[in-house]
Amino acid sequence: MADYKKPIPIPTPETQDFWDGAKREELRLQKCDACSAVIFPPRPFCPSCSTREVSSFTASGQARLYSYVINERPAPGFDAPYAIAIVELDEGPRMMTNIVNCEQTPEALVLDMPLEVIFEPITEEISLPKFQPAGD
Amino acid sequence: MEQKSVAIIGAAETTDLGKIPNLAQIQLHADAALNAMADCGLTAKDIDGIATAGDSPASVAHYLGITPTWVDGTGVGGCSFMLHVRHAAAAINEGLCEVALVTHGESGRSRIGRGGFAAAPATLPGQFEAPYGPAGPPSMFTIPVLRMMKETGLTLEQLASVAVVQREWAGMNPRAYMQDPITVEDVLESRMIAYPFRLLMCCLVTDGGGALILTKADRAKDFPQKPVYILGTGESVETPMISQMEDFTSSKAFRVAGSKAFAEANITHSDVDHLMIYDAFAHLPIYGLEDLGFVGRGEAGAFIADRNTAPGGKLPLNTNGGGLSYMHSGMYGMYALQESVRQMRGIAPAQVENAKVSVCHGVGGMFMASGTIIMSNESP
Ligand SMILES: [Zn+2]
Repeated sequence: MADYKKPIPIPTPETQDFWDGAKREELRLQKCDACSAVIFPPRPFCPSCSTREVSSFTASGQARLYSYVINERPAPGFDAPYAIAIVELDEGPRMMTNIVNCEQTPEALVLDMPLEVIFEPITEEISLPKFQPAGD
Repeated sequence: MEQKSVAIIGAAETTDLGKIPNLAQIQLHADAALNAMADCGLTAKDIDGIATAGDSPASVAHYLGITPTWVDGTGVGGCSFMLHVRHAAAAINEGLCEVALVTHGESGRSRIGRGGFAAAPATLPGQFEAPYGPAGPPSMFTIPVLRMMKETGLTLEQLASVAVVQREWAGMNPRAYMQDPITVEDVLESRMIAYPFRLLMCCLVTDGGGALILTKADRAKDFPQKPVYILGTGESVETPMISQMEDFTSSKAFRVAGSKAFAEANITHSDVDHLMIYDAFAHLPIYGLEDLGFVGRGEAGAFIADRNTAPGGKLPLNTNGGGLSYMHSGMYGMYALQESVRQMRGIAPAQVENAKVSVCHGVGGMFMASGTIIMSNESP
């Protein structure tokens, strides 16, 4: 982990629960107590109805591949080619991620394929949620 | 805004476009601004409103010797200048200033006197996007397109045809950076940048600038150039994170800004003679044509491939060659506005005959923001 060269998230008070959860291998989302909207990225209010009454919960970790590119011009610390993917969680929100344990080719990366979350420890504090083909 | 209450009286780009390693970014603002002042016979002392993005309006005002009574530093990416035009029109109508200058200067290629950009690791993009390796717009702005293709049937060949048609327009424009004709095959065989995007589907990276000067319509005829009247305006923002865009097949900011501008102008699509849609990548004219309502959902790819937007087609689009072939400094919106002004003045290199209404639609960030300016050359 010491020679990890990719960008490392710095949690803020509003996102600490998410990153604490990731460290425990839990994908934390928030849900509005008033209108039931599921919220991501984390914030201490509901963007649908503006109430401050929201609660966090652990998501299923199940998702589908929503869209992606396969990047040939790597960001610092990355080895090309690699997919930068958007997954749609079963609970509704979408998030950016990488797809692991899967070839980084159009043939292997099929839109709407089922995925499941795994957590990659990158520092003592941070584990990054990534996704792999479900059932592997 | 009241239709045609404000006019563009001065418009110019930098003296050179493309590679300009001998000018710092602030001087690109100034070169364009001085050209625009010469265009309408004014000096800095006549200007009392300033708007810019990318650099501080204070930097530009001080550098040029302008003492403004109205300042706008709205910075929402490449369409900021569309928003500046809209805000300037409102400010002039409200009497906050009389003559407003909007400038753009960007050393996008040579990077002289220019800062960098990367998401700070404690911001939301820094926490929830940057760790997964996006390396700038080519691998971010492009992410929604596979979903667009699956949902609407848009094909890679259609996407490639956007670049082909715009190169045809660029071939008529001596200031365009790329002028040699290309084919769909050329596009689909060019170097892969971020699947499914290949090099020729991505914008240029060049240096340049542009400036606009606006004032009240009833003063516009006192200046040497044919006035270009502001007919309608719109703006909106959606999200700074591409991953959080509500609908990967449609831009909410495009829809809001576009419908506001059309309503304000009180025109229908059949009234539009000329169209600019900010094309940082080949998919943007596709989203723009559909979200502005020129065609139905899923129809824009075929509309372009069938040459409706090409020279001789019924809806001339991106007639300067666009960001794909004319120039793209990073914040291209100013160049789209300049081409709309040239078309309305009747002096564009690829002039659309008898064009009376031009729609100029910009994007900022990566589907983050949008601004739409509709212009007319007919007196109020
Ligand atoms: Zn709510």
